[in-house]
Amino acid sequence: MTRKAYYARKIKRAAQLLFYKRHMKPGVKGWELRNALGSDYPKILKVLDDHLEKLDLQVKTVFEGEEPAGKPTLEELNKARFFITLRGGLPSKDAKMMGWRIDDIAGLATAISFIISKKGKAPREEVEDILRNKLPGWRVDINMNRYIRSGYLAEDENEQLYLDWRTRAEVDQKALVDLLLGTET
Amino acid sequence: MSTKEKKLNSERLQRIIELCKSVEERGVDPFAVDVDDIIATLHKYFPDWESTEELALDAEAIQYLASVIQNQGDWVKHRSTSLYTDPFLLEEKIQRLCKEELATLFTTVWNPIIELEQISISSLAEALRYWNDLLPISERWQKNGPLQVETGVTTREELVRLKILAEKTFFEELEAFWKELKQKVGENEKILYWDFVGADTYSETIDRAYMTSFLVTYGYATLELHPLEEEIFIKPFTKPKSELADRRMVSVPISVSSEEWMKWKEEKQG
Repeated sequence: MTRKAYYARKIKRAAQLLFYKRHMKPGVKGWELRNALGSDYPKILKVLDDHLEKLDLQVKTVFEGEEPAGKPTLEELNKARFFITLRGGLPSKDAKMMGWRIDDIAGLATAISFIISKKGKAPREEVEDILRNKLPGWRVDINMNRYIRSGYLAEDENEQLYLDWRTRAEVDQKALVDLLLGTET
Repeated sequence: MSTKEKKLNSERLQRIIELCKSVEERGVDPFAVDVDDIIATLHKYFPDWESTEELALDAEAIQYLASVIQNQGDWVKHRSTSLYTDPFLLEEKIQRLCKEELATLFTTVWNPIIELEQISISSLAEALRYWNDLLPISERWQKNGPLQVETGVTTREELVRLKILAEKTFFEELEAFWKELKQKVGENEKILYWDFVGADTYSETIDRAYMTSFLVTYGYATLELHPLEEEIFIKPFTKPKSELADRRMVSVPISVSSEEWMKWKEEKQG
């Protein structure tokens, strides 16, 4: 088999693994990709990412714990989770089509940015108070539970909210805070 | 120090612990805790603590205070990162933006995960196979009462045949095996290990090696090792030696692999 054919086959397999839902949680763990694609899977993902760029998609890596400062080691990659996400933003009218109401997105944005500003942890009551300013009370609880169920937020036994795996995969937290601070009000 | 004073001091310690816990559990500002003042208080009370409970309370307060200091460290670290934002400023910005603006702004930094769910022909076929093999719910959830079995009479021979009882007890078997060893040794006092253990089939050889190991362990026989000649002899005792248990026991591993058994059998036939 030629080198080109080898990579074409591996890229096809990587795309199948990443696009199709295999577990309850989306995405694939690094060690699963290593088992399916071989130890050079980071290279295969890089090529796939280049292909996806034309479609405005990307291979997103979410590391366990904090993102490594330099180049990640193979061990860190094996423990990380890989997803396919949109590369650019999504027009809010399209988001509405995906089953998200504009209220839901605004509430999510508020909850996430508030938790970021509180060093990644905030009492649920405080987050709900902020949401109650703009959303009817009965919707706040429904929305909060939806954000938690979808993996955007996590709640501990002391009713403290944290940013969960989906926020780390989907949201550019730095850009969100910069945009909010940069708005003219 | 009076008991009343001690009680008051331990209550103060409890309050310190509660304050430190609230930082950890309810996200209270860690800098609201005056660490220096708490350390001075703990230092002042410490010489008066005597009982284990009092000392444990003091240790608990120190532990929670350490977690507050760690929280203060994390706070400073977070402030120095690019993600730091004044929460009040951010809250004010959020309050002033309308929900459409917030949603529009969020969608520019939101890259949702793409995932597909699709049924394939092979998974459909597998699901159909499963469905066909699946018993009706009336059968699966059938409540079976305990089976009533008539009591009957059995014999010892029947239990031996069913391998519930052994024909002989283990010690009867061991004694018989010991007698066999003594007969085989005869006047020579000892016999080569393989000449005693070796049998026509490998499984029988394993059985004999297993029984031999008990002969040695329970003091019916002993092993004589000749390392240079690579020979092992087994020597039966005329009477079982119970005092062996008092002496230092040494384990002697002997390989009884099928290769060894084949080799022994070929030598015997040759």
